[in-house]
Amino acid sequence: MNFVTDTDNSIKKRWTKRHLLGLEYLSADEITMILDQAAEFKRLAAQGETKLGLLRGTVVANLFFEPSTRTRTSFGLAAKRLSADIVEFSAAGSSLVKGETFIDTARNIEAMGVDQVVVRHSTPGAPHLLAQNLNTSVLNAGDGTHEHPTQALLDIFTIREHRGTLQGLTVALVGDISHSRVARSNIWGLTKLGARVIVCGPATLIPQHVEKLGVEVATDLDKILPELDCINLLRIQFERQRSGLFPSIAEYAHLFGMNGERLKTAKDDVMILAPGPINRGVEITPDVADGGHSVILDQVTNGLLIRMACLYLLNPKNSP
Amino acid sequence: MTSTRIRGGRVIDPSQGIDTVADLVLQDGKVVSIGTSTAAADVEIDATDMIVCPGLIDMHVSLREPGFEEDETIATGAAAALAGGITSVACMPDTQPVVDNRAAAEFIILQAGRAGLANVFPLGAVTKDCNGEELAEIGQLVEAGVVAFSDATRPLANAEIMRRALEYCGMFNRPIFNHPAVPELVHGGVMHEDYVSTELGLRGMPAAAEDIAVGRDIALAKVTGGRVHLQTISSLGSIDQIRRAKAAGLRVTAEITPHNFTLMDDRLRTFNSNYKVDPPLRTADHLAACIEGLQDGTIDAICSDHQPFAPEKKSRELNLVPFGASGLETLLPISIASLIEPGHLDWPQLIGKLTNGPAKILGIPKGTLATGADADVTIIDPQVEWTIDAAQFRSRGHNTPFDGWKVRGRARTVLVAGVVAYEV
Repeated sequence: MNFVTDTDNSIKKRWTKRHLLGLEYLSADEITMILDQAAEFKRLAAQGETKLGLLRGTVVANLFFEPSTRTRTSFGLAAKRLSADIVEFSAAGSSLVKGETFIDTARNIEAMGVDQVVVRHSTPGAPHLLAQNLNTSVLNAGDGTHEHPTQALLDIFTIREHRGTLQGLTVALVGDISHSRVARSNIWGLTKLGARVIVCGPATLIPQHVEKLGVEVATDLDKILPELDCINLLRIQFERQRSGLFPSIAEYAHLFGMNGERLKTAKDDVMILAPGPINRGVEITPDVADGGHSVILDQVTNGLLIRMACLYLLNPKNSP
Repeated sequence: MTSTRIRGGRVIDPSQGIDTVADLVLQDGKVVSIGTSTAAADVEIDATDMIVCPGLIDMHVSLREPGFEEDETIATGAAAALAGGITSVACMPDTQPVVDNRAAAEFIILQAGRAGLANVFPLGAVTKDCNGEELAEIGQLVEAGVVAFSDATRPLANAEIMRRALEYCGMFNRPIFNHPAVPELVHGGVMHEDYVSTELGLRGMPAAAEDIAVGRDIALAKVTGGRVHLQTISSLGSIDQIRRAKAAGLRVTAEITPHNFTLMDDRLRTFNSNYKVDPPLRTADHLAACIEGLQDGTIDAICSDHQPFAPEKKSRELNLVPFGASGLETLLPISIASLIEPGHLDWPQLIGKLTNGPAKILGIPKGTLATGADADVTIIDPQVEWTIDAAQFRSRGHNTPFDGWKVRGRARTVLVAGVVAYEV
């Protein structure tokens, strides 16, 4: 059975990119195409059409050179919803341990007849390296501290779903901006769609010249809080704390953690997002994470639809 | 008795302030005269429209042998040098084993003799195993033929060791070459810290790491009276400090690489590992300062910082790839493209940075066409247009950021000890 609607077809026809390496390399129009495609899949899912045949006969390889649970599961499930076959690969226990290079590993998997590669890697640019060395389409599922495009797309999708548009909204990214691929992809995507973006965190976690990316910088969350329409609370990586980038988790939570008390000074309709996994009690307290402003679980649901849209649009085969 | 006459070229010898169209006569491996010669010679070389200069000297080269022959050998490196118009190289001691003892230095001299190509002057390690902790056997290394001391790419981080090394080397009037960087500021970095590193999420190395180390070395040159040579300078702050140190009469010298005065950090947007070099490619303000430093003499020498690597080492994830570019065969053409063509330097200035500049720092009797000097000569065709093709490199390291660049000017004929050793 063919579930492709006219709308799907028109988006797929307009799509020209072979790889999704980051939101830096997409136009506002291309980002909107992905969001619209995801919305179309959401509409179909609401009608009970959760299993689509769009990628039947194609093979997606999930190459995860770095641990991940939700992104990996989300991509895996997205491929299955589209009827693609999926190959799972993890660095642990692979030939990489035996000294094979990352590129050779990917080439070998490609040679088994893979149509699309989803790659997660700890080094910025690793997906670019694969795009240069493979013939298949490459989908970046997070490269070091560079980009995590599908995460940003699902954040943006969730905001658009609630607010209808990004235009004119003020969005704060709070936390470790320096080491966050989610922050970079969000900055590219949000600014391209017309949002005002403020990055907020300890000065030691805000990279140099970040304002050239088109954002404002704040180090006092309480000061900017009343202006915000959306707050995206980035995870604090405990391992960073050891390298002296901020004095203690407790101090971080005191200055930048989102709790019920602090939330009172925000707008009534403020949206709380978090890319997860969240550290309860650090960047967010349970009452906020589970409260009425939180859209954290919507983000997870929407992540599946965004990844379906990306796999579908980028798949080189256009199967019935 | 073999005599050679190089006829009618533009002879440029900055060591003597010579820039004139003349004949250069060589005999038995030595320079005989610059002028008009009518005497018959065994070998005649027509150098009309060519530049005739002392053989180029590359004072900062890694030859990798012994220990890393997959990257380069003394023979392949020396052949690459000749192809780049270079007749003498000074090679870094970070081989395996490290050149921290007499036998290791003598091995390099022996291998270079066997290769019989370019002249090779070994540098000795400042500290044992280049580990920055204990001084190497500096006196015995001098006796073995080492011309200067360096821990190669490892910065001499401990100020006390640097101080003692300067004092100790002073006994032999040998300079300490240091790669100036504060290790804790550059640790884990892969590129210059600025906007582009922020955009790409790549760990940055701030220019301050170089500035601080240069400041420290200058202070130690002052306190010890020793000779400090600052390797591969790349930052505005460093150049300012070196300029002031020289004005104050301190014994401080500096070198720079063509990639550091040619390319900017935005090249890393391609994630191409050939742009991963140390010191990193910086921004326009730093590049402008480098050019100024070359123009006013703050920077004494241009070197390739030749870092050849086997292909499997450079085609990996950016954080796993070693720093450096194969540079011997691009030293001259990129210097011409970036300095002569835009008019930043004239030919005598450029030739000076590639001949007597490094010769004086190394303390070697090269880089001059004075009567009686070794007849190492490079004949440059300044007009020929060609394309850099890494696949054609004599070096085993094909890792260059300049592959495919269309350039003008290259060495056409290279003589070592009066004998043609390379010809295009």
